[in-house]
Amino acid sequence: MSVLVFTENWDRKFKKLSFELVSYARGVADLLNTSVLALSVGPVEDSELMKLGQYGASRIISIDRPELKNLDNQAWAGVIAAVALKEDARVLILSNNNTGKAIAPRLSVKLKAGVGAGVSSLPVSTEPFTVNKRAFSGNALAQTVIRSEMKILTLLQNSYGLCETENRAVIEKSDVQADTGFLKTEVLDVQKQTGKILLTDADIVVSGGRGMKSPDNWGPLVELATLLGGATACSRPVSDEGWRPHEEHTGQTGKIISPNLYIAVGISGATQHLAGVSSSKYIVAINTDKDAPIFEAAQYGIVGDAAKVLPKLVEAVREIKK
Amino acid sequence: MKILVCISNVPDTTTKVKFTEGNKSLDTAGIQWVINPWDELSLTRALELKDNPASGVKSVTVAHVGTAASEPTIRKALAIGADEAIRVNAGAADAWYTAFQLAEVIRKEQFDLVLCGIESSDYNGSLVGGMIAEFLGIPNVSAVSSLNIENGKPVMVREIDGGKETVTVPVPCLAVVQKGIAKEPRIASMRGIMTARTKQIKIYEPAPAEPLTEVVSFSKPAPRAACRFIDPENAAELISILQNEAKVI
Repeated sequence: MSVLVFTENWDRKFKKLSFELVSYARGVADLLNTSVLALSVGPVEDSELMKLGQYGASRIISIDRPELKNLDNQAWAGVIAAVALKEDARVLILSNNNTGKAIAPRLSVKLKAGVGAGVSSLPVSTEPFTVNKRAFSGNALAQTVIRSEMKILTLLQNSYGLCETENRAVIEKSDVQADTGFLKTEVLDVQKQTGKILLTDADIVVSGGRGMKSPDNWGPLVELATLLGGATACSRPVSDEGWRPHEEHTGQTGKIISPNLYIAVGISGATQHLAGVSSSKYIVAINTDKDAPIFEAAQYGIVGDAAKVLPKLVEAVREIKK
Repeated sequence: MKILVCISNVPDTTTKVKFTEGNKSLDTAGIQWVINPWDELSLTRALELKDNPASGVKSVTVAHVGTAASEPTIRKALAIGADEAIRVNAGAADAWYTAFQLAEVIRKEQFDLVLCGIESSDYNGSLVGGMIAEFLGIPNVSAVSSLNIENGKPVMVREIDGGKETVTVPVPCLAVVQKGIAKEPRIASMRGIMTARTKQIKIYEPAPAEPLTEVVSFSKPAPRAACRFIDPENAAELISILQNEAKVI
């Protein structure tokens, strides 16, 4: 019996999300008195794989197969399921990111494993196996019993945190092969976002709404985000108007994020917007309307015009960064 | 080409959710039910493709797992322009159960392309689409933000962490669709509303299956402390608080 965690890599490197997943897996394994097995797919070097050990993985299984270069949901789920069965995994843990959402449902059917999708804390009980999962777009938690023998959990990014351990892991190279008959996804073109912090990875996010008044006014907002080492985001009307790319849209139908700090500038805070940002640790709101609902979600607020307030914030951040 | 769009019936996105019976079930009083926003965008895109003869799309069907109470939502999909509608007469017990029923329908009716929204706004599972594909053993592409049909093959843009990829898979296949797939949901015309009233909804009885998960209760996230306001003339104070009190910058 073991807890198996799938740790994706990005250009052969892990990131905070990977270490958070292993930390979470360690927490689940402790509840079940078992160990954590991390599974890596791709050409990741041993020195990088060893980092997973620092967060509690006892064994690291590395599969490096050329046919698994591109994500094919069916083939990847096949490989992960094969490892899960071989290792007698009782709980499988994936991120609730794009890759996790692509693979987890197929794994569920392959392994007849019920899914707790979008968890942010450890199971409340292991017998019966019960988790709290995100529901109603962040407006509730659904306490869910998973009745199948094998369970799958997908963890919300930036929800659990990191726990370092004294643990050291051993690396095993696995010869599990993908069933090439399932490799149906043909990648025609790749557009990588380079040199920018990913919105879903960012600890700090500065976001603009219609109160920014024009796409030409984004300069100080971008500058503030850059100075803080954060990412930029926007509300739905802004992306619908084409002021900002739709990848920046945070909210119920856009990206769901939980940074440490979310600064909402000129965003009124409709329910649909809050659904995407309500799990941020701190929310700061800047808005001309003191009755805007965003102030009910925010811990800190400034009633004022973005065009006047933003340059002052930029100036103040420059001072502290000196 | 035949397209199927799977639709879920969810509370209107502005609903302030409340629970009853000791937080065991959703308080449905006063709730407006709508087509799940991502499913509505999927339907819109399917109809846009059908409008273009070059796509080769001949029909757009919607399928839903739910009781008779969700018929108004199915009628709305017909009014927007779906040619046919199917309802599996059962409550959507969990993602596994729902996907199992939809896969059974697809086996019987045979579609070339199945579209599912990336999640439903009630249980946020992001599961049903991928599960259907696995039940049927067909390829699927997740987080699709653009869909075209070129020479009978679906060409899709999917979002990956840190970028986008243009991909294709052979039909029959399933696309899990997110924002960007269509600009705005299509609105029903008066003529559409009139014809939808008389269209027949095909009813299937559910196939035997057991859900794997069960929601036993709901809770609300802890309320946040009241907002502390900072004088706009002294905006620098905010930065000082974030640095020294909240310690987030």
